[in-house]
Amino acid sequence: MSPREAEAPIMTAQIKTEGQGARWNLARLGSMREAGLIVIILALCIAMSFASPHFLTWGNFRAMLMSFSIEGIVVVGMTILLIVGGIDLSVGSVVAFSMVVSGALFLAGLDPWTASLIGIAVSALIGAVMGFFVTVVGLNHFITSLAAMVIVRGLCLIVTKGTPLSLFTLPPAFKAIGQGSFQGVPYVIIIFVVVVAVFDFLLRRATAFRKVFYTGSNEKAAQYSGIRTKQVKFWVTVLSSTLAGFAGVIYMSRFGAATPTFGAGMELNIIAAAVIGGASLNGGSGTIFGAILGMALLSVVTSSLILLDISVYWQDMIKGCILLAAVSIDHLLHRRKA
Amino acid sequence: MSTPILEISGVSKSFGAIKALTGIDFSLAPGEVHALCGENGAGKSTLMNIIAGVLQPDEGDIRISGERAVIANPAAAQRLGIALVHQEIALCPDATVAENIFMPAINTRRAPLMNFRTLQAEAQKVMDLLAPIPVRTKVGDLSISNQQLVEIAKALTLDCRVLILDEPTAALTEPEAQRLFAIVRELRSRGISIIYISHRMAEIFSLCDRVTVFRDGRYVATDEIAATSPDEIVRKMVGREIAQLYPDKLAADEAPGQPLLKVSNLSDGSRCFDVGLELRAGEILGIGGLIGSGRSEMAQTLCGLRPSASGDVEIDGKPVRISAYADAVKAGLVYLSEDRKGSGVFLDMSIAANVSALDLGKLTGKLGLLDRRAETAQATELAKRLGVRMAGVGAAVSTLSGGNQQKVAIAKQLSVGPRVMIMDEPTRGIDVGAKAEIHRLLRDLARRGVGIVVISSEMPELIGLCDRVLVVREGRVAGELVADELSEEAIIMLASGVSNSQNTKQQAQNVA
Repeated sequence: MSPREAEAPIMTAQIKTEGQGARWNLARLGSMREAGLIVIILALCIAMSFASPHFLTWGNFRAMLMSFSIEGIVVVGMTILLIVGGIDLSVGSVVAFSMVVSGALFLAGLDPWTASLIGIAVSALIGAVMGFFVTVVGLNHFITSLAAMVIVRGLCLIVTKGTPLSLFTLPPAFKAIGQGSFQGVPYVIIIFVVVVAVFDFLLRRATAFRKVFYTGSNEKAAQYSGIRTKQVKFWVTVLSSTLAGFAGVIYMSRFGAATPTFGAGMELNIIAAAVIGGASLNGGSGTIFGAILGMALLSVVTSSLILLDISVYWQDMIKGCILLAAVSIDHLLHRRKA
Repeated sequence: MSTPILEISGVSKSFGAIKALTGIDFSLAPGEVHALCGENGAGKSTLMNIIAGVLQPDEGDIRISGERAVIANPAAAQRLGIALVHQEIALCPDATVAENIFMPAINTRRAPLMNFRTLQAEAQKVMDLLAPIPVRTKVGDLSISNQQLVEIAKALTLDCRVLILDEPTAALTEPEAQRLFAIVRELRSRGISIIYISHRMAEIFSLCDRVTVFRDGRYVATDEIAATSPDEIVRKMVGREIAQLYPDKLAADEAPGQPLLKVSNLSDGSRCFDVGLELRAGEILGIGGLIGSGRSEMAQTLCGLRPSASGDVEIDGKPVRISAYADAVKAGLVYLSEDRKGSGVFLDMSIAANVSALDLGKLTGKLGLLDRRAETAQATELAKRLGVRMAGVGAAVSTLSGGNQQKVAIAKQLSVGPRVMIMDEPTRGIDVGAKAEIHRLLRDLARRGVGIVVISSEMPELIGLCDRVLVVREGRVAGELVADELSEEAIIMLASGVSNSQNTKQQAQNVA
């Protein structure tokens, strides 16, 4: 008998529907973090609804959603980058640069749609340059993106000579993206929900994103499974910058202006949200849904502090404490398991 | 004989359920070079770590110059005049030679500021005893052999009476090794006692005064070098019955089938040279050799996990070009890493995700989405065949025992329907039961026509499991052993470069 026939029974795993119980097990583990966050957010909302009559209103919720919707798009890219084991400190600068480039091109006479596409493309290019330094030169993500953060911020100031670009001449059709709404729901929120839903689905289901998890979980083992980990890291870096650029364009539409100093410090809020949502700085774990919940928690806290008339100076300190608490609890839970 | 400078009696040490040392005795006379021999895993490193204060013995006595001593930590060992030069170099590559040499002294220094001028002058004095290496050079800029000399210099500054050298020539070229031997003799003439761990018989016979052999964590014998022979030492190192039962080998009348894998002239220019091998359907080919002999590098080069400089590979009679591991997988050649946790499995991911990592394309639908139902089915099927004991294929691999983790790693390879599987230490660190299961599995796969190559440090595994064994030494195939020729003595002879007892003395003289 030929060896090829002989191996057939053991080699080719028959594809059958089995093992449902096991998959449920995994799903439960992954969603524990998310369930916990939902409980905390709901508890906070209920407490606040007693504390302030303004909290439980559509107006307030709309304001909260608006406030984190555009940042939420950036969180999506950051979470995927954290899963692969990277980090991107340059997102705030890239958001501003995308705004500034699109705005300047519009003022130079380009139609705003083309100008925006170019702004997003330039952002992707910044990601590609960072990806080059990470994968080809071999620097780490932290240092590379720290340098990019400063350089790109510098570029913003060079392009605008330091003064915000006023874009009140933007056509209404373009302004509608950031300012209009459909059936009472702002387009910004719709875009945010679509982006989150699409990437959350892809991250759970698409083969390409599975490689992101392999690479972040154990890069060596991924290489030993034939996965080209450098390519994976490169493209995820590009994706993060591209989404930041996309967010920048939406901000431009919303504010009708391009501010070179916009988004400074944004990266910390975004990384905090992703980490509260379960992403690990060591790579290999994280979900988009979780990161958005992290963002929502920070937003509810901010809103509560404002409604409770607590000085804005307290906000950063309290957010920092939440981050520390979330990460500590997670670390202690994991250590007990191990 | 005078009071031993170091005397070990009845020392035992366990790691969990594994007994690394059982009632070890060892004695070191003043001013002698004492060789310590044993197979990989015989307990040499454990004992050295106990002497150097890195590990604590569970029971037994350590006496220094006749007095009982408790060596609680490396600093205590240093105070007692014991210095260990590790097999792996443990220096700070970004600090200068001088700073490295006086690292222990700086650590215990009381003054808040460093006096670099004295430091460098003192360091140069010590360094010059060994070799003229400028002490202001950064350690990272030195060659491996010079780094080794810096390690020894560091040991000398401790005013040591006992110097432990753990396989000091493993990374050295021949002339560098010669220089080291001269230094060792010089140190001995100054009255320093040296414990010299090595596998290389020629070195031991040219350099050492006495030799102690360990086997399976137990003391076997101590002999005067003049009164023994390499053959005898090798016999003592091995001298065990093969206890485990291995699956039946190919019977003499079962000729192996057609060639599955043919490799010729494989070189990478640094760790493997001019390797050729042929693997036929139905047989299990073993690859033996000392740690650091280039066995794994050879396999990794073959599979495209390391760049190769030259080499021709044929699988199933067809030439294949392998420039990346993905090419090898496509051609049906897979490699099981020796470092299970480091590069074999994704510990925090599910069993199902681990099994499918090697060929995601197979499980991907038209839209680029992963068919998770098929993934679960594949993992369930393979896990059942291999007898993985688990809660379900959704459980993280970190929840499994070592043996079951290894089965998952093997399942991953089977998922692509390989033609040739190279298994690097397939049973390292797993319990006896799982070990026997994996051995049976490998034999079963071979019988079904899959080419199996087993790289192993365990002699019984090579002899009990494999039909044929290639022995690798310094990146080259040193020889091949078939059927009756297979014995631990024969493998060690080839691996350590002792071709036969007649010319051993000759080699010893060459070294000297």
